[in-house]
Amino acid sequence: MDRVPVLKLGDILIVSIQIDLQDQSVLALQEDLANKVVETGARGVIIDITAVEIVDSFIGRMLATIAAISRMLDAETVVVGMRPAVAITLVELGLSLGGVRTALNLEKGVALLNHIDGSEIATAAR
Amino acid sequence: MTAPAELPIHGNSDIVLVRQRVRTAAVEVGLSLVDQTKVVTAASELARNALVYAGGGQVRIEVVHNGVRRGLRLAFSDDGPGIPDLDQALTDGWTTGGGLGLGLSGSRRLMDEFELKSAPGEGTLVTVTKWAR
Amino acid sequence: MSVSADAGRHRIETLLATHEDQIFRRWLEIAGASSSGHVDRGNLNGQLRELYNALVRSFGDSGDPDGSSELRGLLAELSRNRARQGFTPTETATVVFGLKEAIYESVGDDGSSEALQGFLWFSRLVDDLGLFTMETYSATREKIILDQAEQLLELSTPVVKLWEGIVAVPLVGTLDSARTQVVMEKLLQTLVDTGSEHAVIDITGVPAVDTQVAQHLLKTVVAARLMGAECVISGIRPQIAHTIVTLGIEFGDIVTKATLADALAHALRESGVEIVRNRGSRVALRTVEE
Repeated sequence: MDRVPVLKLGDILIVSIQIDLQDQSVLALQEDLANKVVETGARGVIIDITAVEIVDSFIGRMLATIAAISRMLDAETVVVGMRPAVAITLVELGLSLGGVRTALNLEKGVALLNHIDGSEIATAAR
Repeated sequence: MTAPAELPIHGNSDIVLVRQRVRTAAVEVGLSLVDQTKVVTAASELARNALVYAGGGQVRIEVVHNGVRRGLRLAFSDDGPGIPDLDQALTDGWTTGGGLGLGLSGSRRLMDEFELKSAPGEGTLVTVTKWAR
Repeated sequence: MSVSADAGRHRIETLLATHEDQIFRRWLEIAGASSSGHVDRGNLNGQLRELYNALVRSFGDSGDPDGSSELRGLLAELSRNRARQGFTPTETATVVFGLKEAIYESVGDDGSSEALQGFLWFSRLVDDLGLFTMETYSATREKIILDQAEQLLELSTPVVKLWEGIVAVPLVGTLDSARTQVVMEKLLQTLVDTGSEHAVIDITGVPAVDTQVAQHLLKTVVAARLMGAECVISGIRPQIAHTIVTLGIEFGDIVTKATLADALAHALRESGVEIVRNRGSRVALRTVEE
């Protein structure tokens, strides 16, 4: 089974999925990420699916679960780089990925996380 | 013309194989990128269903013709416990396996044709078809 | 071919050579009369002269493939040009069929039975050439229609950039399911390619939508969200709003705006751009001197 590497950049964890995911790899990634968030005290998680050709309900649920777990551990999750064909298919499948933030690409994902962080600080200062 | 291919579904790695084989066939038939993605996604759902609910099964991948149109037909069969209530099984969100309950109903929306045959104790056969535009 | 038929054919060939001036003048008259106003005489004269020469050459050696293929090539070119220039089928066909009438006078003058035999043979030849001309003509027309359908689809599906990070698709005309899908896929791909986070789907030019098309629009907005972009739908006509509500299609929290301008203003606001009207500079002042 292939494991997806988790990279750390500042207080953001970045996962770039480059392989056709087996269900076990998906579950392993879910665990790895939760551990890494606690270990590093990351504020944000970015999952880059630019290279992913299909997202079925299993992978879709994994994305939603990761977002929910991370939020509980005080980290925001952003899924970036979803292909148009994948997005259209997900809509048809009936999967809305509720609670998952999305961005067009890695750069915009980082900007989104910084923006969320910034507004939280601003709210606290008020 | 490619002969129909049969693939076994016995483990998690087989789901990945089914996806790859279906993708290749979909490209060959001439489906658009979006339609390829839809078919592969439906195949992934149905293969996982066979694995989760029946402990395994097989898929038959076949190129079909209707006049000048070409299509891809996938038949997933298993010898599992079968489905007692077909209507219920096709309802969004209904599940007995701890999933999202989108496998059957979602696959039906992703494909052009969808046929479900099953009875308790007699296994399940799901046949789906996508036509090239 | 029987001996008399051969003789007839030979007789026609001779007539075409010896009475060339008379036959050609008559042919030009007939062809010119049928397509009057479309074509200038000199041009037609040149075209027919080439055809006539090619026809005579094609007899030179019986069954000479080159001669006949030269003739067909010229005919194909003529009918292709005429199809493109909007000549009617009759105008195009008469050019070829007029040759029969043109030669008939010479045959009548000749009066011999060989000439009449030959005329039968020649008629059949001209009929073949006429059919060939018509086939080329309609094939050209079909090609034109196909090309135009393709151009129309391209024309009608532009994705335009309104601002940095804001793109729009102004949809015009009747939307069917297939076309909507094509446009929507193109829009989503443009979002990725340009890194735009805002899209405006303007349907001011769309007279009506059915359930399927409305669903496609809706799905596109949801798909764009999954990719990290926001869509605004603008220019919904009263009838379309009525359809959507009557059909029970849930538009939910999708942002809709009355005009493309409102949608652009909304998208600009969302992306943090502020527009300030510069006071005074645009006011035209006129002082009337007494």
